[in-house]
Amino acid sequence: MTTFVLRRLAAGIFLLLVISFLTFALLSVPHTDVGRALLGQNASQAAVDARNASLGLDRPMLAQYADWLSHAVRGDLGRSWFTGEDVWSALATRLPVTLSIVVGVTLVTAVLSLLLGVWAAVRGGVVDRLVQVLSVIGYALPGFLVTLVLVLVFAVQLRWFPAIGYIPFTQSPSGWLSTVTLPIAALSVGAVAGVAQQVRGSVADVLERDFVRTLRARGLPPGRILFRHVVRNASAPALTVLGLQFVGLLGGAVLVEQIFGLPGIGSMTVQYTTRGDIPVIMGLVMVSVVGVVVVNLVVDVLVGVPNPKARVA
Amino acid sequence: MSETLQNESLATDPDTNRLERAPRRSTWSAYLHSPLGVAGGAVLVLVVLAALLAPVLAPQDPSTADLALAFHGPTTGHPLGLDSAGRDVLSRLLYGARTTLGGAGLAVAVALVLGVPTGLVAGYRGRRFDGVASWLVNLVMSLPAMIVLLASRAILGPTVWVLMLVMGVLVAPSFYRLTRGVVADVRGELYVDAARVSGLSDARIIGRHVLVVVRAPIIIQAALVGGIAIGLQAGLEFLGIGSGDTPTWGAMLNEAFQNIQRSPGLIVWPGLALGLTSASLVLVASALRDALEGAGGARRARRRPAPRTSTTPVPVPAPVPSSAGSDVPRGGLLSVRGLAVAYGTDDDAREVVHDVDLDVGPGEIVGLVGESGSGKSQTAFSVLGILPRGGHVVRGSVTVEGQEVLELDERARRTLRGRVVAYVPQEPMSNLDPTFTIGSQLAEPLRCTLGLSRRAAHARVVELLRQVEIKDPERVARLYPHEISGGMAQRVLIAGAMSGDPRLLVADEPTTALDVTVQAEVLALLRRLRDERGLGVLLVTHNLGVVADLCDRVAVMQDGRIVENGTTAQVLRRPEHPYTRRLVGAVLDDAPCREPWEPPSSAPDRTEATA
Repeated sequence: MTTFVLRRLAAGIFLLLVISFLTFALLSVPHTDVGRALLGQNASQAAVDARNASLGLDRPMLAQYADWLSHAVRGDLGRSWFTGEDVWSALATRLPVTLSIVVGVTLVTAVLSLLLGVWAAVRGGVVDRLVQVLSVIGYALPGFLVTLVLVLVFAVQLRWFPAIGYIPFTQSPSGWLSTVTLPIAALSVGAVAGVAQQVRGSVADVLERDFVRTLRARGLPPGRILFRHVVRNASAPALTVLGLQFVGLLGGAVLVEQIFGLPGIGSMTVQYTTRGDIPVIMGLVMVSVVGVVVVNLVVDVLVGVPNPKARVA
Repeated sequence: MSETLQNESLATDPDTNRLERAPRRSTWSAYLHSPLGVAGGAVLVLVVLAALLAPVLAPQDPSTADLALAFHGPTTGHPLGLDSAGRDVLSRLLYGARTTLGGAGLAVAVALVLGVPTGLVAGYRGRRFDGVASWLVNLVMSLPAMIVLLASRAILGPTVWVLMLVMGVLVAPSFYRLTRGVVADVRGELYVDAARVSGLSDARIIGRHVLVVVRAPIIIQAALVGGIAIGLQAGLEFLGIGSGDTPTWGAMLNEAFQNIQRSPGLIVWPGLALGLTSASLVLVASALRDALEGAGGARRARRRPAPRTSTTPVPVPAPVPSSAGSDVPRGGLLSVRGLAVAYGTDDDAREVVHDVDLDVGPGEIVGLVGESGSGKSQTAFSVLGILPRGGHVVRGSVTVEGQEVLELDERARRTLRGRVVAYVPQEPMSNLDPTFTIGSQLAEPLRCTLGLSRRAAHARVVELLRQVEIKDPERVARLYPHEISGGMAQRVLIAGAMSGDPRLLVADEPTTALDVTVQAEVLALLRRLRDERGLGVLLVTHNLGVVADLCDRVAVMQDGRIVENGTTAQVLRRPEHPYTRRLVGAVLDDAPCREPWEPPSSAPDRTEATA
């Protein structure tokens, strides 16, 4: 178990290195003149060159990467070229916003998909068809279209929730809830559609397995068989899909944060990538890759909890 | 040369027929029977036509602006009205379809070109290429897609084509994985082996056998990825991250959203176009998948009458007392009279067991023999009340210790299971829940239905395991099912059946899945339990050797009916029914009936656990 986690962490760190290098190399290729962009059209060429030199841009790409890496391993992600903000503290203030939403969506999705999926698998018939149709609709509509409809109905028409803005939890829990509800709902539609379908499929599969009949023959009540044995056996594929959804949500957060004006990682990505602000982009990439690695690891460990055969040695 | 050709036709003929021709027709007709699939397909065709014919259909150039007409409603020249800059909405919608479809097409094409050939090679050849490719795929899949897209736009320029190209690269792994998985499955198939043995080149095998199989899943995946690409593209354009001035649906939505207060109607058309197009893609994909699965499902269903078991009972029509009961006095422990079991609902119900009579007395072992599909297991399941979903007793009577059980409700019936009537299944491994230890799954009914404490339940489990002659029961209780052998698993299942101290054991081919020496041990165990506890056993089997060994009486079943019923000696020595004679003849002609098995006086010390 420990060796498994350690090995996976080592692989994750290697992945971080490879991706950071690739990103850095790609970003460095067609350099727009950063010094010129910073100082404006009227600045002298000498001043622009000096500015580029102070940012280290006159050096070869490998040297620049080595420089970035040596600071990054010490927890120093540098400063934004354009705003001078410390990248790490900028990330730290925005991360809770994105995490509120992504974790919220994951929880909502897990609970709703479990209920809907089990219900559809056990009941069959009308309920089953309803869940299938819902999941096709949820899957078919682009997420941001769903978001637009939610904003138009619940924020613009009914005025139940604010259309825009974010209130930190520490400032006002109820305010926080009112600002994250719509974004979470918007992202949950598609996620529930995908995961519920998976839960339905794997629960239906497990219900057909022989041991379920044997458990019935021992006189166990159906509810106990369903929730103790069937759901447990069906959980591995569902968890895997949930993990994939989580990774996808990091992307979905970009759209939702832009639409709701939430100051999270997603809206930060839009702002800074368009300007080619390398230190900030590198910080964002690192944070998301770490997120992906951690989530995949957690899913693998969780899958092993109910399943001794898949349990990591 | 001619030999190769001949071999090739031998190797390929039946399979190409099976895979290529037959299912294609049925898949298409199944697809055409899905209204949603047809509607989705029609919408897609319309959108493609609209995009192609945009220059002809559009009232004016999509960029022509007349600020004086901004927000003007529909007029004859502008059937859908004008937007905030006085541009014609219909023209922008039509030209927008070009960008949207073209972009999605590009993304899908890039993903196909990158993902499918690599997947084919990795799945077919495996080994080192597979290792490298899979590592790359994992790398790409861990990339934060949105950030890569935005960054690549900053690097490569703000056009929709760059975005879609990059997206194609990012989703290529999904095609790689799909192709690789399907191909790896197919590679193990016998007809591919046959083709390889007959000397076909790999390229030919891939072209003629493998591509045929991956084609359909790839089309489905392409439709789904196309839908995602359209949604993503529109989403980015909606955020203003797209192709500047090109008319696109996403940009139109953005513009409409900004002016939502002034002209709420503007959002309808691009929203509708986008929603319908991407929904159609998903509908087409899911109809296609259903059509494919439907064709396969029908084949499966023919092989297996009972598709699913369920923990919730289907509403069952009350059994009608049968007049076909025999005159034989009813057995003391179990008595079945005129039992009929059917699958399906009223209109197309199919009866699989007809008017079966059976009796088992205390301390008696009764064999129920017959070939596969003769209704033996269905009869056994009805006694326990655990028929698979869709199956129900249509008439007859089943009494256990004189009590009519078919009239009991599910809850009352449940209290009988395990405590009065217990079940020993056929396949030992698949009948243990792989996620629980042996000890905990044996203890569960003890704690749950008998209300024992944790400690008492554990002690009882160890005692039960010892009774079924498992050495070191403490250790075995801590093992998981995959850590023990098949023979030990069957002992565990017998222990599970005995845990409620039942009076009747229904054993459904308890030895079929075991090898011969273990079979003999399990039979000896059943005999011992009968001798020690006066247990009645209904032994379902197709093995007359087992019957001769163990059974006091035997009933022979054919096509859902009992055709002969009597003492073992009588039925085996002087069979009356022609079917029984054939069954017995098949055994006795070739081999003498074997000696009853005696347990070895000093059992050799064997450890069965593979842990």
